[in-house]
Amino acid sequence: MAAVAETLDTVQTVTDGGYKWGFETEIEMDFAPKGLNEDIVRFISAKKEEPQWLLDWRLKAFALWKTMVEPNWAAVGYPPIDYQDAFYYAAPKNKVVPKSLDEVDPELLRTYEKLGIPLREQERLQNIAVDAVFDSVSVATTFKDRLHKEGIIFCPISEAVRDHPELVQKYLGSVVPQGDNFFAALNSAVFTDGSFVYIPKGVRCPMELSTYFRINAKSTGQFERTLIIADAGSKVSYLEGCTAPMRDENQLHAAVVELVAMEDASIKYSTVQNWYPGDAEGRGGIYNFVTKRAACRGARSKVSWTQVETGSAITWKYPSCILQGDDSVGEFYSVAITNNRQQADTGTKMFHIGKNTKSTIVSKGISAGRGQNTYRGLVRIGAKATGARNYTQCDSLLIGDQCGAHTVPYIENRCMTAKVEHEATTSRIAEDQLFYCRQRGMTQEDAVGLIVNGFCREVLKELPMEFAVEAQKLLQISLEGSVG
Amino acid sequence: MLRIENLVVEVEGKRILDGLHLTVPSGEVHAIMGPNGSGKSTLSYVLAGREGYEVIDGSVEFDGQDLLAMEPELRATSGLFLAFQSPVELPGVGNATFLRTALNAIRRGRGESELDAMQFLKVVRGKMTALGMKDEMLKRGVNEGFSGGEKKRNEMLQMALLEPKFAILDETDSGLDIDALKLVADTVNSMRNPGFSALVITHYQRLLDHIVPDRVHVLSRGRIITSGGPELAHKLEAEGYAGVVKAAA
Repeated sequence: MAAVAETLDTVQTVTDGGYKWGFETEIEMDFAPKGLNEDIVRFISAKKEEPQWLLDWRLKAFALWKTMVEPNWAAVGYPPIDYQDAFYYAAPKNKVVPKSLDEVDPELLRTYEKLGIPLREQERLQNIAVDAVFDSVSVATTFKDRLHKEGIIFCPISEAVRDHPELVQKYLGSVVPQGDNFFAALNSAVFTDGSFVYIPKGVRCPMELSTYFRINAKSTGQFERTLIIADAGSKVSYLEGCTAPMRDENQLHAAVVELVAMEDASIKYSTVQNWYPGDAEGRGGIYNFVTKRAACRGARSKVSWTQVETGSAITWKYPSCILQGDDSVGEFYSVAITNNRQQADTGTKMFHIGKNTKSTIVSKGISAGRGQNTYRGLVRIGAKATGARNYTQCDSLLIGDQCGAHTVPYIENRCMTAKVEHEATTSRIAEDQLFYCRQRGMTQEDAVGLIVNGFCREVLKELPMEFAVEAQKLLQISLEGSVG
Repeated sequence: MLRIENLVVEVEGKRILDGLHLTVPSGEVHAIMGPNGSGKSTLSYVLAGREGYEVIDGSVEFDGQDLLAMEPELRATSGLFLAFQSPVELPGVGNATFLRTALNAIRRGRGESELDAMQFLKVVRGKMTALGMKDEMLKRGVNEGFSGGEKKRNEMLQMALLEPKFAILDETDSGLDIDALKLVADTVNSMRNPGFSALVITHYQRLLDHIVPDRVHVLSRGRIITSGGPELAHKLEAEGYAGVVKAAA
């Protein structure tokens, strides 16, 4: 139909003009020498004044990494990455560690303001605590004192290494070991900062915790590490957001996120991923190769992953749950958009180990332009996981006829009493749907936004209120120009 | 209000409208009747601006403007409304969100301020009560799982809400029971005023007992073959299309 032809035309003319977060901050930076070797690992560890055990931990990871090869099973394609041609440490030059926002470089505060994260106002007005990570280091954390009163620890992981070494040493790598996979090993060797959260027994975190990641420097990889521990009976909701300047080179982002939920604890982890996706021809953009995993260690614990993935040139990530505790619950709600030349291979892994464990997977993939979108998921039910249940729903929405949607579910069931359900659909935005909306006065673009948001509704409603509206807008912006 | 001159339209190379003339003055309701395949739905889609309908010849003037040169959404914001014969479903899109987005688009087009969620609810609830619609219809997906009658009611709700200058009802009566039919008629009749006109497309004279048209036109093979007052509809009902078509030929 003509609508499709028009769609394709516009997709062709789309440029990166739509990416509003693509500016660069002029700020003096401290770099490690380019390249990666044992000395760089030592350099990073020394810069961060780390204890010996952590340096040893990093060096072990680096040794493992050298023996590993990059995974190639994902449905994504990119030229070989030269790991020696990047900086592994970049930090704003600042002699003193800021103790409060007043000591933070005003240029950095302005950067976060431009990104819509006014740290000062956030501290005053909104009930959201923010840890702001700029390239390799955390530059500010808000609401620390108030959280401290509840016994909650929310700080940069480098600070946690110094102030709470027993917690970090106990849990770091306990969910994603150093040698887990190529990118996790790389991260373990060179991770620079990230957020650390500890919620003590029985405490419900009184506000949303949030980390905002920003890659700014050129030729720099970002390797953050996040560790969240929810002790017995506690509850926390955490959100991460991310952006980067527009550059015509590809930059690597290889993060590791580890979550630990003890008995009756609950963690809700939401991501709004908006790394620079590259331009219409596929030049530049972030390679988002991320390992995220949660251990539901205690009985009746619950972890819920919600992700809205609109950015990155390539996304490779599978937020997973290891359901060890009896009656524990894992959830994965995902919206992934690929437009222009973006590629996404994303999904989840649910390991049912305990009895009566339950998992729910709802994945919504939207492909436009020449985007390629793959859902890849594993549901593994162990022999002892009696009464385990999984429900998976994968829906794909296609805009135009040059994009692709793929669904690759793996199901391994070793338990007779388990129940596994899988549903999948693929649809297009129909010409008559667009026409119906336009006959009611909406522009084509508003109509697409409305239909896409409807398609994603089940996932968007899982986001914390404050971010749901933002995510809706982001979906629309990401598809800007995908129809005429 | 609406002046169609010598309209010739093809769909995939096939001629559907073949020299159609029609004028609907402000404040009047006209009915178009005709057998299947005579071009009734094509006419409504061409007027609303749907793609895939190629205008070979002719012109359409709407409210002093060249309608055929306008994008569908501009036609809508200029006051043209089409009640669809089979409204599509928009899965997951809340009806309230849809209606408010539409109303605000139309209001922007008219240079009026947009309504916030509270103001909107007040307006829409008033209109829904008049149409005998329950509040839960706002929470459901647009037309998602609606029965035929519910879909038609939802179309009438949109018409009442958007307050167009010119409404096209494309076989809105098909598949409706007598009570629903009366509701449709009441909605149209309540909107009748010197600034509003409508084109009611129907197979049957039944709807025209409730919406008494100013003029009735018979469409056959892509052109109006005869026109008359409301009595023409009765004649068609009594004698069938064949006789009228033959007499006109």
